[in-house]
Amino acid sequence: MEATGFDTWVLSLAVFLPLVGALVIMMIPKAYEAELKLVALGSSLVALIVGVYSAFQFDYGAAGDLQFVVDKGWIDVINSRYIVGLDGLSLPLLLLSLVVVPLCLIYSWNHVPEPGNTKAFFILLLILSTGMNGTFVAQDMILFFVFFEVVLLPMYFLIGVWGGEERRYASLKFFLYTLFGSALMIISFLALFFLSKDSSGELLHTFDMRVLSDVAGVGIIKNTQVWIFAGLFMGFGIKVPMFPFHTWLPDAHTQAPTVGSVILAAVLLKLGTYGFVRIAIPFLPEGAVSWAPWIGLLAVIGIIYGALACLAQTDMKRLIAFSSVAHMGFVMLGIATLTDFGINAAVFGMVAHGLITGMLFFLAGSVKERFHTLEISRLGGLLKSVPRMGWILGFATMASLGLPGLAGFWGEFPAILSAYNPGAGLPEETFRTYMVIAAVGTVLAAGYLLWLYQRTAFGEPPEEFAGHEIEDVNRLEWIAWTPFLVGIVLFGIWPNLIFNVTDDVVSGITASVEAIVAGG
Amino acid sequence: MWMLENAFIIPLIPAISFVVILLFGKRFIGPDRVHVVGITALGLVWVLSALAAFQWTQRVEHPPPDAVVQMASHADDHADDHADDHADDHADDHADDHVVVSENNSGDAHGGGHSSPLIRPVISTFSQWWSNGGIEFSVGTLVDGLTVLLLIVVASISLLVHIYSTEYVKDDRRYVHYYAFLSLFTAAMLFFVMAQNIVQLIVGWELVGVCSFVLIGHWWEEKPNTDAALKAFLTNRVGDIGLLVGIIVLWGTFQTFDIDAINTLIAADPGAHHLALLVAACCLMAAVASKSGQFPLHTWLPDAMAGPTPVSALIHAATMVVAGVYMIARLYPVFYEGLSVGTSSINLMAFIGGFTALIGAALAFAQWDIKKVLAYSTVSQLGYMVMALGVGAWTAAIFHLFTHAFFKACLFLGAGSVSHAAHHTFDMRKMGGLKKDMPHTYRTFVISSLALAGIFPFAGFWSKDEILLGSLVGQKNSYPLMLIFGCVVAVMTAAYMTRVIWYTFHGEFRGEGHPHESPKMMTTPLWILAGMAVIAGVFNLPGPVLEPFGLEGLAHRIQTYVEPSVYLSGLGLSHPDPSLTMALVGLALAVSGIVVTYLYYWRRVGLHGMTERNRYAKNGYTFLENKYYLDHLYNDVIVETVKRPIANWANRVNQNVLDRVVDRAGETARDTGRWIYKWIDQGAIDGSVNAAARGADSSGEGLRAIQSGKIQNYGQLLFGSAAVLAIVFVIVV
Amino acid sequence: MLLNQFLILGAVLFAIGVYGVLARRNGVMVLMSIELMLNAVNINLVAFGVQHGVVSGQVFAVFVIAVAAAEVGVGLAIVLLLYRNRRSINVEDFDLMRG
Repeated sequence: MEATGFDTWVLSLAVFLPLVGALVIMMIPKAYEAELKLVALGSSLVALIVGVYSAFQFDYGAAGDLQFVVDKGWIDVINSRYIVGLDGLSLPLLLLSLVVVPLCLIYSWNHVPEPGNTKAFFILLLILSTGMNGTFVAQDMILFFVFFEVVLLPMYFLIGVWGGEERRYASLKFFLYTLFGSALMIISFLALFFLSKDSSGELLHTFDMRVLSDVAGVGIIKNTQVWIFAGLFMGFGIKVPMFPFHTWLPDAHTQAPTVGSVILAAVLLKLGTYGFVRIAIPFLPEGAVSWAPWIGLLAVIGIIYGALACLAQTDMKRLIAFSSVAHMGFVMLGIATLTDFGINAAVFGMVAHGLITGMLFFLAGSVKERFHTLEISRLGGLLKSVPRMGWILGFATMASLGLPGLAGFWGEFPAILSAYNPGAGLPEETFRTYMVIAAVGTVLAAGYLLWLYQRTAFGEPPEEFAGHEIEDVNRLEWIAWTPFLVGIVLFGIWPNLIFNVTDDVVSGITASVEAIVAGG
Repeated sequence: MWMLENAFIIPLIPAISFVVILLFGKRFIGPDRVHVVGITALGLVWVLSALAAFQWTQRVEHPPPDAVVQMASHADDHADDHADDHADDHADDHADDHVVVSENNSGDAHGGGHSSPLIRPVISTFSQWWSNGGIEFSVGTLVDGLTVLLLIVVASISLLVHIYSTEYVKDDRRYVHYYAFLSLFTAAMLFFVMAQNIVQLIVGWELVGVCSFVLIGHWWEEKPNTDAALKAFLTNRVGDIGLLVGIIVLWGTFQTFDIDAINTLIAADPGAHHLALLVAACCLMAAVASKSGQFPLHTWLPDAMAGPTPVSALIHAATMVVAGVYMIARLYPVFYEGLSVGTSSINLMAFIGGFTALIGAALAFAQWDIKKVLAYSTVSQLGYMVMALGVGAWTAAIFHLFTHAFFKACLFLGAGSVSHAAHHTFDMRKMGGLKKDMPHTYRTFVISSLALAGIFPFAGFWSKDEILLGSLVGQKNSYPLMLIFGCVVAVMTAAYMTRVIWYTFHGEFRGEGHPHESPKMMTTPLWILAGMAVIAGVFNLPGPVLEPFGLEGLAHRIQTYVEPSVYLSGLGLSHPDPSLTMALVGLALAVSGIVVTYLYYWRRVGLHGMTERNRYAKNGYTFLENKYYLDHLYNDVIVETVKRPIANWANRVNQNVLDRVVDRAGETARDTGRWIYKWIDQGAIDGSVNAAARGADSSGEGLRAIQSGKIQNYGQLLFGSAAVLAIVFVIVV
Repeated sequence: MLLNQFLILGAVLFAIGVYGVLARRNGVMVLMSIELMLNAVNINLVAFGVQHGVVSGQVFAVFVIAVAAAEVGVGLAIVLLLYRNRRSINVEDFDLMRG
């Protein structure tokens, strides 16, 4: 349904307000640093308020339908339109993205990483914000693609300028690797544009995601679907990142500045999984069914493999980065089952992973700032030297290993559960094997996380840091972290906050997949 | 019935106490006063639990119409019978029932007597907890006899441990956190026992695990403590694979998480879904093994003694470790049907439990650390309970769980009191002769040991007797193997407890400093627990014992109130008649264990008090001469072999094989991780990405050579190639 | 037919021009050599035009002469500027485009 009145502006405001903020900052000379920061924070906060407004106005009874829809002409030559809309699948992710950016701004309020330049740093974060928000609400493939790519450049500069010692290598790898995936993805988009037919066999020539979702690949023969899906798989799978396309991730995370890592983990990785749920599966159900066992295989390999790699790490940040590979494996396993259980769990897992791993990266950043090292063997006794931070690390660790009662569990458990009874047309035995492997992965997760915690937080602080007065969690950090901590507990105790919102959309997707599989 | 419907308040109180202590403990309440919050909360919990227990007994005795299940599968008139009976007169009914209480098969097993009504548990569900695929899952509470029994156990022991800890961990570095996590543990455990669905079971299960992790690692400055904490958590996590998979299989089979629904479905049709139940039960059994210290996942439990002693008493003796037993009891139809072997009535659970009981008891002989002896004893007793569940003696197992919680907690707290007095050591070689310095600790310890050993009339005697009886009578036939296991363990239990008492309280003091009795705050809980160790048996006394006093109506209270016959009815379980012979044999076994050990230590130490003991030995000698002359030697040999080679061997296997496997698994995983990371991730996968880039780079590097910037070089290339092309052209055309 | 001789003359001239372009270091001489090559082409154009009896060969030759004049003008100007800037007209010295 088309929105009316102020509601037509809601999504566009949420998406573009940070960009407007960025433009305003560009006009302000560098010397006015306080004003710069205020404008940046202000614009992102207003965007958040608009987002919260949309959450309150959202009709949860019809969470399966797009709301606040705007449909305006954009690039008429290729029949691409400016279509944005919000449904139960987009809402949690949009809010996550809207919340994370102001918190990152607050976190870097007084310490923009080397080499400084607050203005440029904040401008990039705001542009990044626009790209992320836009991706989650775009309902036109070209628009989606534009937002998807807008994200790359600010991230490239964030890593390349404010990153660690090997930032050039890492940023270039990140940029090129994801761009490579995007290239294949756009080819698939074009293929969808040229090949999609409606039920009467008429060629559609449209980028409108609503229409493509409705026709659900009818008229594209299975073989072609498999190939188009392959392109999408590369595009989204690299972003997720799935084994074996994950190698950009540890480098990017290790080198990125703290808030860069946080945004990367909290939101950017979700663009890939979101793409699977929003585009790849509903547009190409038959392709999805053919690919699902392989996606599931890569997902469980990722779970075990990421965990094993974590056990070998000596650097705290790199360990957390590899744990993302494992956690996103659970998300992808959920998606690969093509069941409503699995996909709901995947969406929940996206939000939970965003909060938890984001929190872990914040902690890693603060540890690095205080101790100037993330070498696990050089750390130790955090509970003694910085007790509050140590406790928060323990909390985040527990959340990350999937403790029930905290958010991480609700991404993992239903995902594993869904593999017991995979969707129609999928091999049951294979997925049950995946289920057991994934369950083993939870043990390994506990292993590497607790081992990390034992080595960093327990025991006495090493001699080189003993006797120094080290600042515990400061006020800005409390402001930036509290929403994460609250979110982890809140969603853990009452997971229905998210499940209830996403369920309608996801059920719609799986129902249509099922219908296609049954019909074909 | 208000309390039963609103039971969620009970775990909520300690949860609030946790938050309050954690957030305001240091600043507003003051670090030395946080225990007030904890103790108040627990006091409240205890009162409410007692209220719940009272209301449950009311519900059983005066069941409201909707609480009684009509048995559809058995003759209808039968079901009508007991509904009517109960409307009229219950006291009578129970009086008739006390010897033969058989809920379901009353027809075929013991003739058509009256039977207890099948009382449904009180199930309250609250708002939607989560939803998925259009199905809404609620969070709720399921309260029945088993729940209220556990509520009482958890609340009582937790309260006493809270009180005891005010002295024991006084002036501790982290007094506030200690109390915060005691509260959280209590909340989690209470939440666990009233879980309405199996997802809640997972939640409670893992939360108690985390509290155990935090409390074992309470003194995390020392590495052994954190190692123990990690080991406990990871071992439990291994079992949790089973928990997750098992619960998923149950979901896949029954499409529900609801405990009530699952139990009812199986009870209605026990034969169906056998394969699925087998898989589910095996997986869940792994979880039980890890949590309740069953062979071969028990190795973490002795290490967990690194935590503060009150924690060991609460978590690793009385409550958390029985979570596995509780889960079997709660999902009994799943386990009983799933693990039954073919058409025979033998059950895998019985074997696992019996074997664990034996192993644990043997290991207890080889320990010098008093807490580790008690830990192995816990392993052994938990095995006993699992064995009881395996032979179908549901009530006996839960009865034993109940009594064991009190006397084992008392033993642990007693050990804590001893170490408090004797320079914070748990090594029995540095104790001895504490009897005169610590009279209260000594007396309570001895009482609890007698209860554990199963001496009449202490609590352990009654519960152990029921287990042995359950093995003897069995279901369709007797279980001689389990009976042998049970008897051997009974002897061993009595023996190793005698040994502990000898080393700790008798002989000469071998430690440093001057031992002293612990303060009142510690001895009072000891006496309360010792009191329970004496009288806890009264809750399930067999009828014949009470008959002379005219109190038959009070027989088998636990069986009457606690047994969830509504779920067990379909399984065809019977209750054995009390047997005086069995009781006497059990008592004789325990006594023989004590006597033999006593003699053994007399002979070894035999330097002082020779005459007195000689006379006793002489009495024993003449007593044994006629019939037991060989027995003496025999027992001596057995004790000796069990004590030295077998226990040491078991210990060695435990430490070097099982434990090593755990360590090695961890190391191998780490090494594999390193290898994969180095060669595959960095080498092959990342290498190929880098190689692609490097290929582009080096080809550019090569081509760069001809980009000289000199026109004439370009000209040379141009004309040279033109000439070559011309020649080719000429030749080809 | 005289065509062969003309073509041989053109080829010889062209070869001399190529040699000059590739071998001479002096920028002015390179330009002159280019002129030689152009004139070799002119000879060919005129010769073929006569052979085929069309006038366009000569027309093209006139074009080429005009273009060559312009090219020499521009070329000499560049050489002059190079000399002013670098005090050298040795083409070996100019390799700013080296990769």
